Order: sequence, then C-alpha cells, then structure tokens
Amino acid sequence: MTSAAATRLPRRRRPGWVDSFLLAVRIAAIVLLIWGIAGTVVKGINGEGPTGEAWRDLVVAGIAQGAMYGLIALGYSMVYGVLGFINFAHGEVFMSGGMVGFFVANYLWDIRFWDTNFVLSILLVLASSILASTLVAVIVERVAYRPLRDAPRLIPLITSIGISFFLQYTFAGLFGVAVKNYPPPPDYLRARIGFLDLEIEGTKLAVIVVAVVTMVALYLFVEKTRTGRSIRAVAEDKEIAALMGINVDRTIVATFAVGGAMAGVAGTLWALLFRGVSFITGFLPGIKAFTAAVLGGIGNLGGAMAGGVLLGLFEGVGPQLVLAGFGIPGVSQLKDVVAFTALVLVLIFKPSGLFGERLAAEDRA
Amino acid sequence: MRRVGLVSLCLFLVAVGCGEDQMQAGPDDPPSATSAVDPVENGGAAPEGSEFVPGPLGAVEVAPGEEIQIRSVNSITGDVASLGTPNQRGVELALDDYGPVAGRAVSMGTPLDDLCSPDGGQAAAQTVVADPAVVGVIGTTCSAAAVAAAPLISNAGMVMIAPSNTSPALTSDLAGTQGSAYQPGYYRTSHNDLFQGRAVALFVRNHLGFERAAAIHDGDPYTQGLTEAFRAAFEELGGEITTFTAVNKGDTDMIAVLTEVAAGGPQALFFPIFMPEGGFIVQQVGGVAGLEDATLIVSAALLVDNFMELSESEGVYISGPDLRFGSNRNSITGRTAEGLLAEYVASYGEEPSGGYWGHAYDATVMLLSAIDRVAVEVEGTLYIDRMALRNEMDRSSLDGIIGPISCDEYGDCGSQRITVLYNTDPRNIEIGKNNVVFDFAP
Amino acid sequence: MITIDMRRMLRWGMTAGGVMTFTAAVGMLEAFEDRLLIYPVLSLGYLLLLWFVPVAGYQSSNVAVLEGMEAPPRGLHNVIAGAVTGLVGGVVLALFAIVINAFDLRDVFVPFSLKLVGLLTYGLGVPEGLPYAVLAPAALGLVGGLMHLLPASVRRRVILAVEWVVVVALLEQVFSQILRQIRLEVVADRVFTLKALEWWAALAVAALVAAVAERTRGGFGRMRERLFAGDPRQRTRNSAWMAVLVLVFLIIIPQLLGSLLSEVLANVGLFLLMGLGLNIVVGLAGMLDLGYVAFFAVGAYTVGVLTSPLSPRFTLEWSWWAALPVAILTSALAGLLVGTPVIRMRGDYLAIVTLGFGEIVRILFLSDWLSTTFGGAQGVQNIPGIPLGFTEVSGVGPEGVLYFALFFVLLAAWISWSLQESRIGRAWTALREDETVAAAMGINIVRAKLNAFIVGAILAGFAGALFAAKLGSVFPSSFELLVSIIILVVVIVGGMGNIPGVAVGAVVLIGVLGGPNLPGLLAEFAEFKLLIYGALLVFMMLRKPEGLVPSVRRSRELHADELTQDAWLDKSGTLAEAPGGGRGAG
Repeated sequence: MTSAAATRLPRRRRPGWVDSFLLAVRIAAIVLLIWGIAGTVVKGINGEGPTGEAWRDLVVAGIAQGAMYGLIALGYSMVYGVLGFINFAHGEVFMSGGMVGFFVANYLWDIRFWDTNFVLSILLVLASSILASTLVAVIVERVAYRPLRDAPRLIPLITSIGISFFLQYTFAGLFGVAVKNYPPPPDYLRARIGFLDLEIEGTKLAVIVVAVVTMVALYLFVEKTRTGRSIRAVAEDKEIAALMGINVDRTIVATFAVGGAMAGVAGTLWALLFRGVSFITGFLPGIKAFTAAVLGGIGNLGGAMAGGVLLGLFEGVGPQLVLAGFGIPGVSQLKDVVAFTALVLVLIFKPSGLFGERLAAEDRA
Repeated sequence: MRRVGLVSLCLFLVAVGCGEDQMQAGPDDPPSATSAVDPVENGGAAPEGSEFVPGPLGAVEVAPGEEIQIRSVNSITGDVASLGTPNQRGVELALDDYGPVAGRAVSMGTPLDDLCSPDGGQAAAQTVVADPAVVGVIGTTCSAAAVAAAPLISNAGMVMIAPSNTSPALTSDLAGTQGSAYQPGYYRTSHNDLFQGRAVALFVRNHLGFERAAAIHDGDPYTQGLTEAFRAAFEELGGEITTFTAVNKGDTDMIAVLTEVAAGGPQALFFPIFMPEGGFIVQQVGGVAGLEDATLIVSAALLVDNFMELSESEGVYISGPDLRFGSNRNSITGRTAEGLLAEYVASYGEEPSGGYWGHAYDATVMLLSAIDRVAVEVEGTLYIDRMALRNEMDRSSLDGIIGPISCDEYGDCGSQRITVLYNTDPRNIEIGKNNVVFDFAP
Repeated sequence: MITIDMRRMLRWGMTAGGVMTFTAAVGMLEAFEDRLLIYPVLSLGYLLLLWFVPVAGYQSSNVAVLEGMEAPPRGLHNVIAGAVTGLVGGVVLALFAIVINAFDLRDVFVPFSLKLVGLLTYGLGVPEGLPYAVLAPAALGLVGGLMHLLPASVRRRVILAVEWVVVVALLEQVFSQILRQIRLEVVADRVFTLKALEWWAALAVAALVAAVAERTRGGFGRMRERLFAGDPRQRTRNSAWMAVLVLVFLIIIPQLLGSLLSEVLANVGLFLLMGLGLNIVVGLAGMLDLGYVAFFAVGAYTVGVLTSPLSPRFTLEWSWWAALPVAILTSALAGLLVGTPVIRMRGDYLAIVTLGFGEIVRILFLSDWLSTTFGGAQGVQNIPGIPLGFTEVSGVGPEGVLYFALFFVLLAAWISWSLQESRIGRAWTALREDETVAAAMGINIVRAKLNAFIVGAILAGFAGALFAAKLGSVFPSSFELLVSIIILVVVIVGGMGNIPGVAVGAVVLIGVLGGPNLPGLLAEFAEFKLLIYGALLVFMMLRKPEGLVPSVRRSRELHADELTQDAWLDKSGTLAEAPGGGRGAG
C-alpha cells in the first residue's frame, strides 16, 4: 500500500468542488487572520489593548504552557510511532505523576524540608512523579495494550479511552475529588529574572529550560543508545526488527516507559507552574497534547515538541491578537476555539501536520 | 419493507392517542389550571363538614397510619456534592427537630440527586412527581437543575423550596417582573443573585470607592448570572466595567485572560468562579503587569479551605450569603444556630462543607409548618389541599436560622443578607471566615 | 493430568485479592454498603467486593478444552484449587485491612478509614475479624471450585439463577414498578424490603429461573429457525408479523412502566437515536467521530432558538413541527461543514479534528460573543413541547416523549438498515475495509464519506430537536465532550455496525448505568459510573471487541484467527468454514 500509484489514484477521482471549498476556506482564513491582526494593531496604535510588555508576557506564558503540551505530546507521538495508535490515556499518565508528586511535596512541606532545601525537594518530587508516570504507563501497556497488539487500530484506541476513565476515577476514589495545591515555590523562583534582555518569571523560565533539556536528553537517547535505536527500528517495521534480533515486546515497553517519564517531567513542571492538581487534571492537557502531536505531524518527536509550543502560543496569543481585532467580547473564552481552528487550518493546508511528511509518504496517517 | 414502515406509522399514531388519553385522565394533572385560578378566592377552601372537597390542584390523602411524604433533591455527587450534601443533611435535621406533622410522621424517602444539571433535575423531578403522595420538595441545589425541575413539580401541584438556587430567572428581577423560569409552586430561602450583585457593587463602588472594575465568569449559569448582576448594579452606581470576560472550566493558564483584563486598568476584579480556576487566577494575577494592585473579590463558591489556604489568597474579599447566624433561633422548632451546627457535627462527624445547611433547615421547617396549618383530618384520613398549601406558603413568616423569612409574590423568601469577608491569613483561615468587612440587607 | 498448578492458583488468588482490595480501596465497599440486595444477608458493597472470588476459584483450575482435545477429569483437585485461590485472595485482603488499621493513611487515601476496616472484618475489627476476612473468600473460592463437579447443564442453570437473582435485586425499581402497574402492589411490598429482595424471594427467583432455564434453552434458536426458514414468501410474512408483535410490545411498554421508567427509557431512546447515527459514521463507514455531540447541539439549539418565546434574538415562536425541518437542515449543513475539511484525513487525524469541532461548537454556544443569539451560559429557556392535537408532548409527560423517541428510533433503524443494504452501504463498507482499494474499485470516496457524515448528523439533529422539547431548556453543559464519548461507548459495547447491538448498548449503559448528567436505573452508582464505564470498555475490548450483540461480519473479522484454529483442530478439517484474511479493518 505504500506505492505511489495507490495514493495517486483517489486524487485523480476527487471532484473539483471539495478542492474549491477548501481553497475558499484557505483564502477566508488568511483574509480573516490579516484583518483581525490589523484590527488589533490599529487598536494598539490608538493606545487600546495590551501593552508591549503584556504581549511579551503572553508569548512567554504561551511557550511555557506549550512546552508542557509538547512534553506530554512526546508520549503520544512515540507510542504512535511504534504501535500506530493514539494512547488516549496518556493524559492520565501525566496526571498520575502530578498527583503522586503532590503527596511527596506535601510531606516535604510538612517536615519543613521544602523551604530549607527546595532544589533537593523538587528533585525528589520529580523522581517520584517520573516513577509514578512510568509505572502507570508500563502497567497499562502490559494489561491493556499488549493483548491487542494485532487488533484493528480502532480497538486499542477505544481501549485507551476506557483506561482513561478508569484511571481518572480510580484516582478520584483513592485520593478524593478535591483540588490539591502544591506548596508554593520559593520567592526567588517566583520573582522575575533577567534573561537575554527579557524579564521572565522564574518558574516559567525554569519550565522552559527543563523542557528543552529533557527534549535534548530524549533526542540523545533515541539517536545514540541501543534502546533508542531499537525503538526506531520497531517504529520502522516490527517484523523486520524482530528478524534483526530486536526484542519487540521489550522495546515497546521501553517506549511506553520513556513516554511515561516525559509525562512525569511534565507533571512536576505543571506543579511548578499551576500548583493545583486533581483527578481530571490530565484530561484536557491530554487532549491538547494529542492535538499538538497531530499539529506537529504525529510520530515525529521534534514535531510533537514544536506542535506543543505552537499550540500554546496559539492559545495564549491568538485570541488577543486575532479575535480582539474584530471587537469580539470575552475573547479569552474562545481560546480553545482558536486552538482547534488552528489545528483544522493547519491540516487543511498540510494534511499530514507541520513536520509529518515521512509518515504521509508511508500512508500511515 | 415499505409496508412495515406504514404499519409502524399507523401504530405510532394509535399509540400517541393512548398516551393522550392517559395524560388527560390523570387525576392530579390539571394542565395550566394553576394560572387560571385566583389563589386567594379558591385556595384554603377546606370545609369543616364531614366530607373534604379538594381545591383546584387536588389534595394529598394520607390514610390512617401512613406517613406524609416530602422529598430532598440535591446535588449529592460530583464536584457540587460539597454544597448539596449539607443541604440534604439540613433537611434531615429539620425533620428530626420538627417531629410529627398533624399527628403524622414525615418521610423524606430516598434522597434524590439533581446532578447540578437540567437533565439531572428533570430526571429527579420525574421521580418525585411519579409518586402522587408527595406533598413538597426541598431542592434543588443548582439553579440550572431547578429550571428543568420546577415546571414538573409545579404542574403536579406540589411545592418546591430551594435552599441554594440564586438565579433571578427562577423568581423575579426584584422590580416586579416575573422571571423567565418562574413557577407558581416555586419558593426559595436562598438569596437572589441580584441582591448579591448589588451588594458587591455597593462594596466596590461605595465602600472601597473604586470607579473601575472588571468581571470574569466561567460559563456556568450561576457565575455568569452573578457577574451580570454585578455589572448592572455597578454601572447603575456610576462605576465603569472595564472588561467583562470569561474563562472556561478546565483552563489553567490565566495569563491571557488577565492580560485582557489588565488592558482596561481596573481597580477591582470580581470573579465568582470555582476551584481550581479561581485558584489559578489568584496565583497568576501577581505576574500580570497592571493588575499587581487590583483588589480581588470572589464569591462563596471559593469559601473553601483549599482556596483560602493558598498563600496568594491573602487579601482576597469573599462575598456571599450572611453566615453569621449568631444567636438566630428558628421560631418554630426553637433550635438555635449554634445548637444546629453542634447537632450537625455530632450527627455527621464533620463540619458542613457548604454554606446552605441553615437555608435547607429553614426551608424544611417552613414547609412542614405550612402543612401543619392546612392539613385537615376527616374520619382518620388526613387531607392536604395543594392550593391551600401554596397560599399558606405565600403567607409564611418566621424567624429562621438564617434570619427573618417571608415570601414575596414570586417565591423569594430568604433574608437576602449578604456579607463580604476578608481573608487576612491563609495559615489560619478561620479568621478570614469570620472577618466580615461589609454587610448588606435590602 | 491431575496436577495442581500452584503458580496458576497463586496468580488467580492474587488477582482476586487485587480486585477485592481495589474495590475496597476506591471506596466502593463503603459507598454501597447501605444498599441491600438480598434482605438481610447481602449488600451491594459486599457483592462488588466478593463477586470475583468464585469466578477466580473456578478459573484457577479451568482448562480450556479445544475441539479435538479430551476434557481432563474433574475432582477434588478442582475444589482444592478453588479454596486455595480464595484463601490467597483472602490473605491479601486481610493484609490490606491490617495495614489500614495500623497506619492512619486518611490524609492521602480518602477511603482508608477505620469504618472500612470494620467492613472488611465483618464488624469485628483487627485482629478478631481477620480469620473471617480470610475464610469468607476461601469459602467462596471453594464454591467456585465446586462448580467443576457439577454437570455442565446444572452448572449453567446455577450460574443463570445467580445472575437473575442479582439482576432482579439490582433492578428492584423496574420489577416493583411493573408489579404495581399491574395492580400487584401486595406482591411488590412482600417481595421487596428496603429496595432489597427478601431472602426467601431470592431463593424463589433462583428456583424459578433454574426450572425455566432448561426448558427455554435453545428455544430462541428453534423459534428463529421456524420463523425464518421455509419459502421466501412465508419468511416475509413471518417477519411482518414479528415487526407487528415488537411494535405492540413497544406500545404497551410505556403504559406498563409508568412515567418514571418511561423517563429513563425516553433518555435511552434519545441516546439510541444518536447511537444509530454514530453507528453509520463509525460502524459502517469506519470514520472515528469524537465530536458527534456537535450535531446534537445544533439540532437542540435550532429548535430552542426558533420555538422559545424567550429566544434571545428571534421572536418567532414557531411550532416544534415547523422548527424540525430547519433543525434537520442545520444539522445536515453542520455535517457537511465538518465533513468537507476532514474528508482527506484518516483515522487518528479525523478523531482529533472532529473532537475539536465538537468543542468549538459547544464553546460558541456558550460564549458571551454569541449570547445575544444563543443565550450564552444561561442557555435558551421556556422551550415549548411538541404540539399534538389537543395536547403537548414534553418532559412533563415522559410517556409521550418515549413514543416519539421510539418512533424516531424505528425510523432511524429502518433508514440505517435500508442504507446498509443499499449501494451506499456497500460503498461505506468498502471504505471502511480499505479506502485505497475502494477508490480503485470506482467508489466515489468524497460522496460516500459526506453521505455518512450527513446522515449521521441528521439523526443527531433529530435527537437534539426532541431533547430540546423534552427538557424545555437547552444549556451548553448538556453538550460536553463526554456525551460524544459515551455515545461511542454505547455503539461499541453494543456491537459496532449492528443495529440491535446499538439498541442493547443503549439500554444497558444509558438505561441501567445512566448517561452523562442522567441517572440510570442504578442511580446508586453515580460516583463510580465512569469507573465502571471505563472498566467495562476495557474488558469488552479485550474479551469481546465485537460487542454484546455483534454484527456477523465484524465478529468474523475479529475472530478470524480463532476460527481458523478451531477449524484446524477439527478432525474433519473443513477449512471452508473459516473465512480467512478478514483482518485489517478500521
């Protein structure tokens, strides 16, 4: 099915009106985008709307939120790369890290260790969060996905929706439904820090830096280590990888573990940035990360990270930049509309996502 | 196949015919009779003779030895359970305190859940009206549920008294115009949002002396209605609403919405939303240029420990119903507010998690005493005329746990007292919970 | 062959212990301890705690017998295996009780209270109650093992009897309501105490089921054979009669159930209507739509805005009948608008994009921006019912809504059945199997996909129109993502691609467990509803991915391997029965 002829065939049969419709959508999108931005710029010149400083904060907040989406999206993308299905429950993997991390953080706060030695505390929280997320990811793979290795791909997807509910309400039952607040980070992190001529809130800077470091580490892991090479081999072709002596089961477990670890890191960053966790914390970020993974071109790790950051920016800046220009009231309420519309438009312009050529060529999307 | 389709259509029409017949023949289901009958002339017509003649809404017959049936419909699961569970317990405590009504025991039946949604409210109301022996309902917890539940309950001739609905649509706009969802059988002991909106506006405009304020809601009918009421009242007082916007439930990054708000340069920010979004706003507001010094005001939805314990919630004002029950005493059961709270803790092993247990208690007492006054016993059978009960509810006047209670013509019966609290110390939130800095009574 | 597989027993024992500990740890034991099932011996909490033990006790020594193999002898070793399995599970549970008793973990684990210890030790506490905590599961495991000793037919009857007793006790509401409706209040009052079945009544039900079970076994198959065999004309006549019978039954049902159960069934009808629509999109055409609720919302809001006197922008106050065609039109248009951009996308991309569309629609209805038309957070209120002759069908009389829902469901079922068997339906199937090949075969992919989207959207629009009239108000909160997911679950648990399957799914999930914002017959499960939904979904996917009532084709696809294997084991070796190479759907 990978032959070019097979994919070209339907293209020849497409009637023109769909193409014209999509073209109209594209043109309309561009016109509205420019119109909206122009409106906002005019407002800015008249001294209305956010100041330059405020725009900078919006961008930074968008990138910080987006970095977190990106970290979660990595898990979606990796699993998709190897198994070819969307692990809907990955948001809950992220939530379990944040939740378990909370209890560790809370204990450290109670024994007054958090204030006195914050760096060590947050490392302990990070370790427990990574451990919890990895464990949940691996257990879920073992119990729910391994028996479905060869099933049609809708089946594991639906299973993962079930797992998602199951994990959410198990956590609700075990730990209660109330929102749990992490102890506050120390003042030096909450203050604004000068960075490359920019004043950035410490926590956001920390989140962005950690996300970048994690991404680099993941890149090195996938490119340089033996396990990483196995993961890439299995993603290319399971059968051939098995013939080459790669233990496919173990590689898949490793994939889930690495994806879980990334989600665990995101869980701790979440704690630094937002501090509140509850059993539904994972649901919406999970969906957003899924969106980010698709936006960047699913299966592509760099694309997942880029898609996350872009989505965060769309959400953070988009409503103010585009919608406010039309004089729409309450634009912040519409930020998910902006995010999902951006997704639809990106896919209309580029049906395989921003960086998704490789997969599109293989007809896997 | 086509023939089968035709047959099914015919049968369908026949079936609807049956349904109609049954609906029309229903004993206590007089469609729209309620509005046609003047309550004062026809109500309370319980003759003293040996035979009981029911009024236009029919009557409940309680045979010898049977119990009087009322129901509790509250949000007892999900996020809102913290509000609904104390309501239900307030009903239970009132039943215990009041004792028998007209010589009969009163049963609350199985507690019903309104799920804080119109769908859930309608389903619960359906359960209630399926039993024609039910006299009245204490509920619902959420206004959205009441909008769907009230028509059913009212059409069945029953009364419902809500302990924590606050939407103006359910009663009136306080200026004599009936609310869009008003039903003749609907009453409430909770306040009308319009009072809270006005109270917060007075607080911001006159007490704090601010001219510019912004408001944020979260798309919930309650928060949206309240911010709308605040906006109207604040503008009426000569203030300016710089931004009126909303977040979505589930949002975490509030920088964008706060930047939108900051652009207008407000002195105060009113956001009567829930956890966790309310927590995210107070945590992130300090980092937004232009809002560092803005005064933050929330509603009783954030009068919860996990909000007030946040270090950033220091200095936040919390508006809500007056919960300083002090030495209030329910004039019918004689129960004092302190005594009721002690009884609550003794019975359920915890402090009430929501603020409306007193409202639920008073609502129940109000219903029971009204039943007591209209019930007529003829040859061992107790008759409760539904129309007479409504008229009696309209005339209710008592001192409750929450203060004086008497109903206006649209069913607003509560004391309508609003207070603003000031959270001074997140490490000891009991101080903040009792630190009233402003109060309002219409 | 008679060896006791120690590892297997341990594994099943640990699993049973895990299931019991989980049930207790998430708070289900405590939450359902008050709900009695069999008066005065068994509560729902303990049933949920212990039900898995006899199953594990049975399974721990159960050997799958494939065709061509000889069944291993049964005997004492089965019983011992069961008992040991139960014992292991009991030890795990007792350890759990000891831990919560010894350490105060309530700050972290909310349900780990001393009350839970009391429940786990049958009110005796640690250590007095520990022997019971261990022995009760052991005894139940032993019962499970004993089942091996019963002849197969007796075993089946016992299991069936137990199942029925549980069903009758759980659905007390239905049974007592029906008894009341046919004026047998006396029986209902005697049989049920505190919503629970009296112990003697439970025994009676069990005896009755066991007695009847054997007689009707295979009865359905025979009836079906008799009905659908013979010459085609006879068959047509028979199916017509069947249809009439079913209809008469459906007409009587609301009268028999009373308004309360009619309300539940009316909700089932609404979800079934949507389920049938989604079944076309997902089950037939193979496109995973996670934003299906959008069309439901469009239908409901169209009717609301056009008919309500309080509609924020319009003062049309149309009748429902006039608004219905518009609602169908707008939802079809929405289907077209959503469908066109996603036509080129496959599988997972389609899922997230449709999900996005669903959220976009909900947020737009909710937004302050469009609140001058759609009412924003306050929704549209005072929506009139459906005028019909002299009366009005609305939520006040759920029987009327139920008839409407049933009528639309039958219509929808008929439409989807006809479509399924038509050229369009075959195009969808081809599309689902392999898009590229379908295109190569000359199927117009664009048209087939849009057809599926539009038909699905129209059915959801119908449901929305009915929903608005029933509820009398529409709020954006009724159209959350969860609704889309629950409809999908209904379709999948019932049996994707199969109309009766979707019906069974809707009755079981929406009617019994309850939908989003809707209580089902088991309203008690409220907090744990989605936990059970999730567990059920995973279990179904692992064990029975074709659904409760599978469509023949899907079932073949999903079990192709097993069929092949069975055929291979079959001594006659007729491979012809095994349709091969059906994999690769979706």
